[in-house]
Amino acid sequence: MDFLSIAYALVFYFATFVLVVGVGRKIVQYARTPAPLKIPTTPAPTTGTGVALRLGGEVVFFTSLFKSNKWIWVFGWLFHFCLLLEVLRHLRYFIQPVWWWVALIQPFGKYAAYGMVIGLLGLWGRRFFVDRVRYISAPSDHLMLVLLLAIAGSGMLMTFVDHTDIISLKAFVLGLLYGHWQPLPADPLLLIHLGLVAALMIVFPFSKLLHGPGLLFSPTRNQIDNPREKRHVTPWATDTGAGTAG
Amino acid sequence: MADFETPEIREYPLIPHIHEGAMAGTKPFVAKPEHQKALGFPGELVENWKEVAIDKMGDLLGKYRSLPVFLDSCVKCGACTDKCHYFLGTTDPKNMPVARQDLLRKVYRRYFTFAGKYFPKLVGAVDLTEEVLQDWYSYYHQCSECRRCSVYCPYGIDTAEITMAGREILDAVGIGAKYSNEIIGKVFTVGNNLGLPGPALKDTLEGIEEDVKEDTGVDVRYPVDEKGAEVLLITPSADFFAEPHVDGLIGYGKVFHQAGISWTLSSYASEAANFGIFIGSYENMKRVAMRIREAALDLGVKRIIVGECGHAWRVAYSFWNTLIGPFDFLDPRYPAPQHICEFTYDLIQRGALTLDKSANDHRVVTFHDSCNVARASRMGNMPGGQFIIPREVIKAVCNNFYDMEEGTIGEGTFCCGGGGGLLTDDLMEVRVKGALPRMQALRHVVEEHGVTHMAAICAICKTQFAKVLPYYNFSMDQIISVHQLVGDAVVLGAKQ
Ligand code: HEM
Ligand code: HEM
Ligand code: SF4
Ligand code: SF4
Repeated sequence: MDFLSIAYALVFYFATFVLVVGVGRKIVQYARTPAPLKIPTTPAPTTGTGVALRLGGEVVFFTSLFKSNKWIWVFGWLFHFCLLLEVLRHLRYFIQPVWWWVALIQPFGKYAAYGMVIGLLGLWGRRFFVDRVRYISAPSDHLMLVLLLAIAGSGMLMTFVDHTDIISLKAFVLGLLYGHWQPLPADPLLLIHLGLVAALMIVFPFSKLLHGPGLLFSPTRNQIDNPREKRHVTPWATDTGAGTAG
Repeated sequence: MADFETPEIREYPLIPHIHEGAMAGTKPFVAKPEHQKALGFPGELVENWKEVAIDKMGDLLGKYRSLPVFLDSCVKCGACTDKCHYFLGTTDPKNMPVARQDLLRKVYRRYFTFAGKYFPKLVGAVDLTEEVLQDWYSYYHQCSECRRCSVYCPYGIDTAEITMAGREILDAVGIGAKYSNEIIGKVFTVGNNLGLPGPALKDTLEGIEEDVKEDTGVDVRYPVDEKGAEVLLITPSADFFAEPHVDGLIGYGKVFHQAGISWTLSSYASEAANFGIFIGSYENMKRVAMRIREAALDLGVKRIIVGECGHAWRVAYSFWNTLIGPFDFLDPRYPAPQHICEFTYDLIQRGALTLDKSANDHRVVTFHDSCNVARASRMGNMPGGQFIIPREVIKAVCNNFYDMEEGTIGEGTFCCGGGGGLLTDDLMEVRVKGALPRMQALRHVVEEHGVTHMAAICAICKTQFAKVLPYYNFSMDQIISVHQLVGDAVVLGAKQ
């Protein structure tokens, strides 16, 4: 085993650890912090099923964003949908034998790379050309887009220009998963691609990428509108001595 | 009129370009030490304010899930940037919802996140400085906590929650806003926001009874502190005298009279408004609300009905059960609490009121959805009832009704510009400029349909519009209460 393969193996273990523990800790923090008052943005669903549908709509279709800004919606949804396709397409490196539906989406996944790039460029463009969005953009907001563009770009170069040794790569990945390490093809593009992906995994829990889990914990979106029917109680808020009389 | 320019109403609404610092100096008067102390806050800026502020922020982060979730999740997509009426009216970029949040977020990041502690420049984190504190004071008092931004944010990030947290921190370090804090103090000492004592209230109500008698020849009662009444009416104290509010109160009385239901006001809890919500103070909000539970028990009523008031209805509908519930001592056949519009609507549905719509024929009416009713509460038993019920009530008493443009009403309604504790003369510029989007939509229906009056169900909206309508070349009496329309159309006497 060469030094590079060992280094990448260790980096990926580390990145996975940071991602899982980091996001896990955040989820535990969100779940443990009470929401003392009923604050759903109304009109809101009056049943649990309704709330599930509301959240489902936000995750799958970005419903609120659709109401609010069609350009961001088009670029944003395109980017996320293609990102999802890409990730699913990549499952082929992680499973053996490859599931039939992962095989099925391979050709679509390949071209989803273009969708991802178009979406990201559209979103990035807004950060330069719309004065309001320029004003609220921090360097990290630009860098996040650059990072994702670089991941997509390096991937596309491998797919469409300079192929890498996918068979050995898969052996490397499965080796990581099952604990008997295999060498990684020392292809510059692949090394760049993987290095950037590891970076993305590491920054995830410390960045705005928490918006995924955040959405599910957002009290304005996940609360049922039933305060008159059901008394909403949480530890610290109700201890303050309600219902003294009567 | 004032030392600022009223924004121009254009043919089509435009998203303005940003002008940094446009409203930088604007802020409300600071509360006096005695007003601060009455609410349990330090009288003036404490010496170790930085420490206190950061501690308070940490405390709030652990108490309200909305804070860490909202502060972490924003992706700076920009979808909310053109949604705030204060941004649209002032063009100050710090009045864009996300930028308003960022004032707190950049400090949160610096002191509470890994990225902000070690890479502050990268993620836009900053130390808490005097300047940041001043920005908080200024821009957390240019937000009416109307929640319009939360409708349009993909994660439902509600800047109102951030503003409340900001104000809580400011109160904790000793610089609260005079307007809200002084008023909350009055509720504790006198029972209502206006500081109207019990005997004066009785006089006022007797006066109203005489006026109605003179007007209609019928003895309609406006009772206070009557034990054993069926209904306790909790209404904003503005309803007791000021125009156009009092005409709404007259309307409620006529509806109760015709329904044959005994009711009473309470001189101990003579205020529906609860400014505790504006300053984000759970303790003060609860203390204000508790008077209502006490009054209801003391008077032995079976139902509680809430008069026309926006944020009061939010507190009543969404929070009362948590703050001062359970309401197991009330008649379970009725929602607790019930909105006066729900009550009137029910009577209309059952045919219990005789209505003469032609009494309102000289008016062409539109309806302003109040932000807290629209986006923070409900009426009736289905989502969106808060939009349907008041409109059905208006249409039942009025032949000419036209809605304003889609996107400026319903869940997308524009705030009047004076909500959230900003209804004070020291913030006149913010109020006038913030009213621009609503004035624009109103102008449109006035030109299109000849609308003469805008009806509302909120004391703050009514007061605010009475004040700002003239700035936009409307007249102050174009704002009216929904229950004024009802009161004018109700045919008193035996049912025909
Ligand atoms: C539950 C899963 C997720 C949901 C519902 C979601 C939703 C959204 C929405 C609604 C936006 C705002 C609109 C836009 O700019 O596209 C957004 C932005 C963004 N999302 Fe996600 N997302 C999810 C997962 C992810 C993941 C896994 C990543 C990356 C690994 C990601 C990266 C981004 C980035 C970088 C932006 C900001 C784009 C910009 O700078 O304008 N998202 N997301
Ligand atoms: C968030 C994570 C990732 C993103 C967004 C991403 C994105 C992309 C994109 C857009 C492409 C080009 C289109 C395609 O062939 O699908 C690509 C190709 C590729 N990616 Fe990734 N990738 C990610 C993670 C990974 C990982 C973890 C591996 C290694 C196991 C990997 C290995 C590859 C390879 C080998 C190619 C070239 C495929 C070919 O030649 O056909 N990627 N990636
Ligand atoms: S819409 Fe929501 S996520 Fe987008 S910038 Fe505004 S607050 Fe942030
Ligand atoms: S809550 Fe209303 S006033 Fe405050 S930032 Fe959002 S839109 Fe503006």
